[in-house]
Amino acid sequence: MAEAAESPGDRETASPRPLFAGLSDISISQDIPIEGEITIPMRSRSREFDSSTLNESVQNTIMRDLKAVGKKFMHVLYPRKSNTLLRDWDLWGPLILCVTLALMLQRGSVDGDKDGGPQFAEVFVIVWFGAVTITLNSKLLGGNISFFQSLCVLGYCILPLTVAMLICRLVLLAEPGPVNFMVRLFVVVVMFAWSIAASTAFLADSQPPNRKALAVYPVFLFYFVISWMILTFTPQ
Amino acid sequence: MATPAAPAGGARSGAGPEWGGFEENIQGGGSAVIDMENMDDTSGSSFEDMGELHQRLREEEVDAEAAAADDEDGEFLGMKGFKGQLSRQVADQMWQAGKRQASRAFSLYANIDILRPYFDVEPAQVRSRLLESMIPIKMVNFPQKIAGELYGPLMLVFTLVAILLHGMKTSDTIIREGTLMGTAIGTCFGYWLGVSSFIYFLAYLCNAQITMLQMLALLGYGLFGHCIVLFITYNIHLHALFYLFWLLLGGLSTLRMVAVLVSRTVGPTQRLLLCGTLAALHMLFLLYLHFAYHKVVEGILDTLEGPNVPPMQRVPRDIPGVLPAARLPATMLNATAKALAVSLQSH
Repeated sequence: MAEAAESPGDRETASPRPLFAGLSDISISQDIPIEGEITIPMRSRSREFDSSTLNESVQNTIMRDLKAVGKKFMHVLYPRKSNTLLRDWDLWGPLILCVTLALMLQRGSVDGDKDGGPQFAEVFVIVWFGAVTITLNSKLLGGNISFFQSLCVLGYCILPLTVAMLICRLVLLAEPGPVNFMVRLFVVVVMFAWSIAASTAFLADSQPPNRKALAVYPVFLFYFVISWMILTFTPQ
Repeated sequence: MATPAAPAGGARSGAGPEWGGFEENIQGGGSAVIDMENMDDTSGSSFEDMGELHQRLREEEVDAEAAAADDEDGEFLGMKGFKGQLSRQVADQMWQAGKRQASRAFSLYANIDILRPYFDVEPAQVRSRLLESMIPIKMVNFPQKIAGELYGPLMLVFTLVAILLHGMKTSDTIIREGTLMGTAIGTCFGYWLGVSSFIYFLAYLCNAQITMLQMLALLGYGLFGHCIVLFITYNIHLHALFYLFWLLLGGLSTLRMVAVLVSRTVGPTQRLLLCGTLAALHMLFLLYLHFAYHKVVEGILDTLEGPNVPPMQRVPRDIPGVLPAARLPATMLNATAKALAVSLQSH
């Protein structure tokens, strides 16, 4: 009889709540734990928290991410021994910087004759595979840093070189000559040194103390290649 | 009466640890990607972490199986059971996907750990090995020790790539198919890996006592001389200087490699074959790197051969351009040959 009374009750109550199915049957006593039902509203509340970032406007999301990226840019430009880049790593900043650099380094002319300049894909591949290689190297040397943290730091420290690219582009609008070249050389060298200093400030702590030079040398080569590409860029 | 409720409750709680365990694995909410960042990397080897992860996965799999077994005993019939099963199947599929990704990440990580002992060097060791690579040893009677590490050779190959790029950019080299960076990387890595494998194969034929790792390390350190020569001669464009350095520094590093190989080979024919091949390839590679990617020298040579060519002379034949990736080498070799002929005639 209890079962017969139960099954119509089952079909009447909402089917996603099979837990309520047996309630009509059970006499309430002190032994029955009521906490089981209380957890369900809690679960829905946590689901509301998750969807609250989903329901916000796109502008809010973008502004929040852009602010995070901008804060990390500031940390790179004024490198102190801080953990912000390592703690909340993200790859938006490196992507933005890499795409900007690759777009600016592209040669304008499409004819095959003077095709000696880097293409977009070349710069992209150099930056990302170079960063991956350096990360693998520092991990193999016994470093304490994780894969994506290292990618994040190396990508963000391209910012000074991107600034150098912008300045070189502006300087190249003036007339060419040895003075032009000296100015560009100076700017690129200064930004190259800044990049290395910034990345060393973040990465050096993760290496065992006697092997820092071994981990910094490939970073030096990586930024040297990028600086060389920036310095020898001439728009045709 | 309470029995139907219990399996239903069991279904809920059965799904609970399944979902809960899954959420423990994902950080950053809502994706099936195992984020390697949050694995505790502070230990030197992360085999313990991987083992722990595997153990946890196995435990949760056992829990999921037990829960599934419990659920199957309960309400399997009717609309309720069907919907419960659907969600459980979806959860199961996501679980399988997560597990596959975890095992893939594990195998990737295990591969990195295989290479770890070859990178166990100190800066002082690297420095001393770089200097030793230019000093040929005299003692060939017993096998010389070769350090089996990969950090030094790998960094030297990358340095060579950077120097090559510098040289190509300086000389406005035109590459037909492919890109500048691709050519430089392909040339350097191709030489290092290809010639190492070839010499290892020859060593196997000639019964020499050398392993692949040692061959890679030996040839890698032999590129140190190449790096120095190219770095200097891409900046100072003196032809005679390049030939001097080619013989001196290239010769020293080749002699060192040859001496090490001789100390590990028995029999004069085998020694000659192995060391002759290595010496030829090593020296010719330096020659190729200088002439294939450096165009400025051509201008200097054009001014050397002027109208003072005597009428009756043997004109050197044009060497056909068989070298890949740049259209300069033929021109370069022709110009060199002509200049040599002119200078010889003028004596």
